[in-house]
Amino acid sequence: MILDDFLVRAALAGIGVALAAAPLGCFVVWRRMAYFGDATAHAAILGVALSLVLSTSIFAGVLVISLAMATIVSLLSGKGYAMDTLLGVMAHSALAFGLVAVSFVSGVRIDLMAYLFGDILAVGKADLAVIWTGTALVLGLMGWRWSNLLTATLNTDLAHASGIDPKREQLILTLSLAVVVAVALKVVGVLLIAALLIIPAAAARPFSRTPEAMALLAAAIGATAATGGLQAAYWLDTPTGPTIVSLAAILFALASLAGNARRKAWRAEPPR
Amino acid sequence: MTLLAIEHLDIALGGHLVLEDIHLTLERGEIVTIVGPNGSGKTTLLRSIIGSLAPTRGRIDASPGLTIGYVPQRLHLDATLPMTVARFMSLPRRRPSHRVDQALDRAGVAGLGSRQMSELSGGQFQRILLARALLESPDLLILDEATQGLDQRGIAEFYRQIEQVRRELGCGVLMVSHELHVVMRASDRVVCLNRSICCEGTPERVATSPAYLAMFGHDIQDALALYRHHHAPLPVSSESLS
Repeated sequence: MILDDFLVRAALAGIGVALAAAPLGCFVVWRRMAYFGDATAHAAILGVALSLVLSTSIFAGVLVISLAMATIVSLLSGKGYAMDTLLGVMAHSALAFGLVAVSFVSGVRIDLMAYLFGDILAVGKADLAVIWTGTALVLGLMGWRWSNLLTATLNTDLAHASGIDPKREQLILTLSLAVVVAVALKVVGVLLIAALLIIPAAAARPFSRTPEAMALLAAAIGATAATGGLQAAYWLDTPTGPTIVSLAAILFALASLAGNARRKAWRAEPPR
Repeated sequence: MTLLAIEHLDIALGGHLVLEDIHLTLERGEIVTIVGPNGSGKTTLLRSIIGSLAPTRGRIDASPGLTIGYVPQRLHLDATLPMTVARFMSLPRRRPSHRVDQALDRAGVAGLGSRQMSELSGGQFQRILLARALLESPDLLILDEATQGLDQRGIAEFYRQIEQVRRELGCGVLMVSHELHVVMRASDRVVCLNRSICCEGTPERVATSPAYLAMFGHDIQDALALYRHHHAPLPVSSESLS
């Protein structure tokens, strides 16, 4: 069977994560939530420790802790601290507490690197099922709420006037973010999840005229980075997660250059 | 038919009472304008009506199934969000493209559908906000200083369009405005707000009421929102004017 090949499984895992991360990453960029994504992802290592202690599935532990983290950050926002200060505190303390907690877990030899940087080559069939279930869930949520999410992102008053509750839409984004973190843990690890959210979306921006185009293009760029990075890591014998993110960053740089060139050309001779 | 009934409304923001004991009703087909100095709670009142702010006390009753078309004071679009005019017009509900084109045409911005929102001039932007609000076929149109960025001719046209919309849709219109001289011509009723309602009634009556003159001075053109007056709430009862 084709899924018996670990490279095929890895590629499918990478594509799945890229697809889920694309529309969510766009919202993270539009709503300036980049650090929010970081905080949620970094908290995941605490979830890993928790699930090792309780011997539950890593996915469940990470999902619960990410969700808790995202909720705490949402609740604390606008209560005296600037958002970036708050997130700076939360993101790194969550990571630190997580690392400390993992060291307390005795008797289990765990490869911390696998959680920090991912281990996409070790993705099994069960992991693949979890990843694609999560992806389907996130894409379903995004598709279902797309227009409401966009309106709430544009302007909360405009959303209220149309009978949309921006807080509920924010909750949906938070939930999706937790799912993406849990799903992406195996693929790129906690330190690089935020990169997989933001970089493809940012790279898609110069070539997009509508929100939908940006989300689709981000998915294509993310999938390209995932599969290409996998190949590159195989040839170059480099760590896979960081190689995927590096390729995404290179695509972003190329996109920015092309975008700049296009803007200059446009300024010199505006289209009629 | 009453679209909206506000009773005993208080709104406190950050422990500070911004609106106090507001009573206001709005009928179908009526154009009501709220005037008042900066910081008098005009925008707060509109935001509480659309549901962005919960009343601290009192109640806001909307007629069942009321659809609201809302034109905000200004709309900041994040530079990272690509948005064509046509796409914006279809938020949150998809509209057939011929209806979008028709709405843009009526708003005097025909052919801008494929432009990016970020490329529009202030005047075009405001017209498009209005056109989008009208696509909802609202029962109640709420405008918050919607003529910002329009020149004198644009302002006159804008209010003519509001008149026309009211005639065609039969909707109620509630707006906040600084263009007192235009407002006076365009409104059925003027509400003078300074935390509480100082006076309300037909434009002619409000323009000659002591509370209004105390707020805006005798020469309203010059004294627009220049100073805030301090007085006990409701020195002129609304009954005596309306």
